[in-house]
Amino acid sequence: MTAQTDVAAQMAIELRGIDKRFGAVHANKHIDLQVEKGTIHGIVGENGAGKSTLMSIIYGFYEADEGDILIDGKVTRITDSKIAIASGIGMVHQHFMLIQNMTALENVVLGAERGFLINESMDHARAELVRLAKEYGLDVPLDVPVERLSVGLQQRIEILKALYRGARILILDEPTGVLTPQETEHLFKVLDSLKEQGTTVMLITHKLQEIMAATDNVSVMRRGEMVAHVKTRETSREQLAELMVGRKVLLRVEKGEPNPAEKLLEVEGLTWTASDGVVKLDNVNLNVRAGEIVGIAGVSGNGQSELLDVLSGIKNVQSGTIRLNGHEINQGHQLNPSQVRDIKVGHIPEDRHKMGLINSFNADEAFILGFHRKPEYNGKIFTKRQAINRDCAEKMDKWDVRPQDPNLKTANFSGGNQQKLVIAREMEQDPDVLLVGQPTRGVDIGAIEAIHNRIIQMRDKGKAVLLVSVELEEIMSLADRILVMFDGKIVGEVPASKANEQILGLMMANIVPDEVKALQQEASA
Amino acid sequence: MSQQHVPAWIHVIVIPLANILLASFAAGLVFLYLDINPLDAVSTMAYGAFGDSYGWGYTLYYTTSFIFTGLAVAVAFHCGLFNIGGEGQAYIGALGVGLVCLGLGGHVPFIILLPISIIAAGVFGAAWALIPAWLQAYRGSHIVITTIMFNFIASALMGYLLVEVLKPVGTMSVESAVFDQASWIPKMWEVLGFFGIDLQKSPLNLSIVWAILCAAGVYYFIWQTRWGYEIRSTGQNSSAAEYAGINLGKTVVLAMLVSGMLAGFFALNVVQGEAHQIKLSLVNGMGFTGIAVALMGRNHPLGIVIASLLFGFLYQGGGELQFEYGVDPRIIVVLQGLVILFSGALEKMMKHPIEKLYLKLASGSKKSAAAEA
Repeated sequence: MTAQTDVAAQMAIELRGIDKRFGAVHANKHIDLQVEKGTIHGIVGENGAGKSTLMSIIYGFYEADEGDILIDGKVTRITDSKIAIASGIGMVHQHFMLIQNMTALENVVLGAERGFLINESMDHARAELVRLAKEYGLDVPLDVPVERLSVGLQQRIEILKALYRGARILILDEPTGVLTPQETEHLFKVLDSLKEQGTTVMLITHKLQEIMAATDNVSVMRRGEMVAHVKTRETSREQLAELMVGRKVLLRVEKGEPNPAEKLLEVEGLTWTASDGVVKLDNVNLNVRAGEIVGIAGVSGNGQSELLDVLSGIKNVQSGTIRLNGHEINQGHQLNPSQVRDIKVGHIPEDRHKMGLINSFNADEAFILGFHRKPEYNGKIFTKRQAINRDCAEKMDKWDVRPQDPNLKTANFSGGNQQKLVIAREMEQDPDVLLVGQPTRGVDIGAIEAIHNRIIQMRDKGKAVLLVSVELEEIMSLADRILVMFDGKIVGEVPASKANEQILGLMMANIVPDEVKALQQEASA
Repeated sequence: MSQQHVPAWIHVIVIPLANILLASFAAGLVFLYLDINPLDAVSTMAYGAFGDSYGWGYTLYYTTSFIFTGLAVAVAFHCGLFNIGGEGQAYIGALGVGLVCLGLGGHVPFIILLPISIIAAGVFGAAWALIPAWLQAYRGSHIVITTIMFNFIASALMGYLLVEVLKPVGTMSVESAVFDQASWIPKMWEVLGFFGIDLQKSPLNLSIVWAILCAAGVYYFIWQTRWGYEIRSTGQNSSAAEYAGINLGKTVVLAMLVSGMLAGFFALNVVQGEAHQIKLSLVNGMGFTGIAVALMGRNHPLGIVIASLLFGFLYQGGGELQFEYGVDPRIIVVLQGLVILFSGALEKMMKHPIEKLYLKLASGSKKSAAAEA
């Protein structure tokens, strides 16, 4: 590690009093930040804390209303991303900005061509990329279309893009959301070697264990404000969580032993192929008993969404059988989503904005989605608006949805409260089987705690819970048994007591470790 | 994060008014170019449209037509569908009305004929919307393409029927026979004259009552019934609707049927209320104007009634301009175009400045209130 002499002169980026409003929203309130040269600096904060806005200001997508940005000690006005790039700032976005049918080489060169002839640029880029690959361990096949590469490799291309453009300050926005634990580990190694070569890295994330593992310094944001700057080795996850939320948070979920009873959900040989011919579910077999939580881990996009869609009736069964709470569903006998609800199956969808709610509706209307034909909400012709409103207000009180206003537009609730509204709606119907997808995605830490407790309560009431999540920590702390999906297949099963990140990470990359094989043989013997 | 909210009246009243003011200003420039004093032009239009019972009779007659076609666009829009086939649906609605009046007029009392002609107008209009709706719902053909094609088909079909079937033998003009007088929807001046209120003759007829009832009906249907709920869910977020178990295909078809029915009602006003015969191209672009009306009225029945009144005023007042100054009759189209440009296409232009101004004023007054306290 480079010696950190004379700290004040060593700032790669300094922000002084950055302030930004979007109309009515005060996204960044007088932010001060110092990032030392050649360090990895973490920025943590809940969703909506203003992290992304701040990074967009640094990268020139937005201009701050007030305040200065100093790069290498010089005040720099960054009015667009070209100036940011020229100042040596590179950004790796959460959603990659790659052209899928171009090769890695073409993607890197795109926008940074030199001269009239593309070949010249390509040759130059190739030589440079080979050098970078050697230096930082960023090996990528250069001549394969990006769409054929794994997400981890695509991310490396994004990093290479930034480095090729001369980035000395690299900003990574939620870089690990789509990576397996092993890929994450590799990413951190790359970041370390970048640091050793003098590059400054800013890591934006909401995952505290990554901050602890990878960074030198951490800054914590809450509600648009910078609330703390600390050295990573002098802090702890608990302290960071408390700083983010503003109160003490329980990070571990407390739960007792499960009492599994009869099988309420059985899936046999379920295969589902998308219209473009891609097999999304490949001979899936699983079962969930009353009184247990079965977790499905896996990198997102490996068939989890399709599994939930088929189980909840949104997609038809193409082949295989589902036995759901005593009803058999197969190719010849399909149930639509409202029929699935009728047989007491609840579904908390993975994406509340896409599926779970209608953002333009008032909370009370969103609250009856899927149950809007129930007799208690309807007269002969007209809906019983008052009954719906009253019911929603009652449930909001019970589930602590804030603000407790059924007439407020759904979009105006925070992510955590929107999710609570969905969860309240589904759990209040007292389903026997509960399908849960990404229950805490984009939800603040405080609400995560409450949601996790509700899911465990459902289990303890003897409900069968199927939990799909890409957050390994969530799966490990909630589930009693863990299945891992890869490429539409169930790779294997691990009891929660035997699971750790190492094992699950390997399985998420379709490698079954020996200890899991042994467990499975034991079970079948 | 501090979140201040801009109250609804800013969006519903202030911004539309600002847009109309801008459109008027641009229209003023057009008048200056034509060597007409804009203020004179406005007063001519206002007098022509509202100055006497003849003027506002016409204005409200046009308003009635726009309410029907505007509501038609709005209902489909709530389902996320852009029904630009109001023109054809209204035209086919006229066929329904015409057949009932030609067949039953003079044979059954008006009180029995009227419900039948209302049903015929609605059923014929809805039927014309059914095929595009079905194609959209179950075959994925885009409703914009199919409805606009159905406008041409309607036009060709009506041309054929008028020339070959409906035109009385021995006449030259392409129109059906005049309906029996017993089937005509009473004019407003007749009805009010009966109660001793004297009005000048104008085409305004009792259809306006039905238009207002339809506006109220659309409000209740969209916001107070489970079918309206399903239509809005489908329009706002179709994957959430699917998740909720709403049958998307059925919902699309239902919304389009109601939309086509409302467009069909247009014929009650224009055919049974005024022309008393089916004429060639009787819809005359009013189906398309319904799109602008719905856009301006923000797809809300109350907004649509107000926007219809504005367009009625432009129609009638613009016609007056033509008499007074001898300008090209297409000045109406120019005026309409400006209103559509500013309140439709450039709607967002005024949105941010006005919101910002409001927030500035609001926070200013809050601060001063806090300072006083």
